[in-house]
Amino acid sequence: MLNISGIHEGYVLDHIKAGMSMKIYDYLKLGDLEGCTVAIIMNAKSNKMGAKDIIKIECPIDAIDLDILGYIDHNITVNIIRDDEIVDKKRLSLPKEIKNVIKCKNPRCITSIEQELDQVFFLADPDREIYRCRYCEEKYSGK
Amino acid sequence: MRHLMSPMDFSVEELDKLMDLAADIEANPDRYSSICQGKKLATCFYEPSTRTRLSFEAAMLNLGGSVLGFSSADSSSAAKGESVSDTIRVISSYADICAMRHPKEGAPLVASNHSGIPVINAGDGGHQHPTQTLTDLYTIRSLRGSLSNLTIGLCGDLKFGRTVHSLINALVRYPNINYVLISPDELRVPSYIRDDTLKAAGAPFKEVERLEDAIGELDILYMTRVQRERFFNEEDYLRMKDFYVLNKDKMELAKDDMLVLHPLPRVNEISVEVDSDPRAAYFTQAKKGVYIRMALIVTLLGLEGSIC
Repeated sequence: MLNISGIHEGYVLDHIKAGMSMKIYDYLKLGDLEGCTVAIIMNAKSNKMGAKDIIKIECPIDAIDLDILGYIDHNITVNIIRDDEIVDKKRLSLPKEIKNVIKCKNPRCITSIEQELDQVFFLADPDREIYRCRYCEEKYSGK
Repeated sequence: MRHLMSPMDFSVEELDKLMDLAADIEANPDRYSSICQGKKLATCFYEPSTRTRLSFEAAMLNLGGSVLGFSSADSSSAAKGESVSDTIRVISSYADICAMRHPKEGAPLVASNHSGIPVINAGDGGHQHPTQTLTDLYTIRSLRGSLSNLTIGLCGDLKFGRTVHSLINALVRYPNINYVLISPDELRVPSYIRDDTLKAAGAPFKEVERLEDAIGELDILYMTRVQRERFFNEEDYLRMKDFYVLNKDKMELAKDDMLVLHPLPRVNEISVEVDSDPRAAYFTQAKKGVYIRMALIVTLLGLEGSIC
């Protein structure tokens, strides 16, 4: 059994679909967090999921914008740790707006020629989890 | 400050008010002939357009205002690589209102986010062309007296035609409208219009392939062009194109008070012999477009109260 020590303050992201952890690492820009320790556990055994990934992040608890996790997979469990204890479990929901995480692929969109523009998507259909580009309203299909 | 990016930016009540104003302007042009005196409209057209630009310019001139602008990206600072947001910041200090056409979708929205003056989307690629939809709505209301209780046939390229999508989106907010969607199978209305707009609104509609099969039941026939480049093979195009040429023979099957509309330019989908038919309303429609743009300029500049 692989052992990774507990964390004093930060997050444990549990029930990540196996294989998705590196993508989440990139989305949350965890590589840019200075002085923070990140442990990624891949293909851990899970009674519920068969296999899952887990990410442990030792960081101040206001250091990460977790809204984007709701977009990636709202089944992820977010445990918030303070003083070595789980103090909260956050429920995820689909964010109404996503900024600078995904890019519009429509070649006719203004963002295709003006690259300094923020890439903004809004939640057009919560039931079908459809996001559309704020500028051209093209559906994002690359999730 | 208010902008116009999509026809859905206005509620039904606001649209009614706008069309009431357009009707008053049409009936009493002299009362409005100097309401925009001292005001300037910038027409920022990054791609060529004849009707839309001239319609906007005519609208502002009719209101006593003046116009300035450019009519292609080559003759603007965009050719030097200036961003839309920088251009609109500068234009904001030259003019009081801006009409923008741009080949890239969403460009007018970017402009509105950085503008100090109202921005009107005058067409952004295949995305939105709200003043065409306002023109269509105003023409129907003006010539029929109401935007409800009618059967409208939309004919031609219903897959790629943005004017059709936009018109359906705007019309589903009005009661008792039947839709007859007339197109070849290859150019049927996309599922997001069929399911997310028509079905979601509970609007009755049917899809047919032959214009002759439907024309007799229509109050409005909205024609669009079937474009050769949309077909995978020439044979299909040749088979379909004559289905959608509106001529005298087909007009004989139509009701006496049916109206024929077309966003123009017309190529060959409406035979010139139909032009003299009193039911041909497409040139009137272009004229109505000036009045609704006048009403829009007056509204966005907040000048509605200036007329006593």
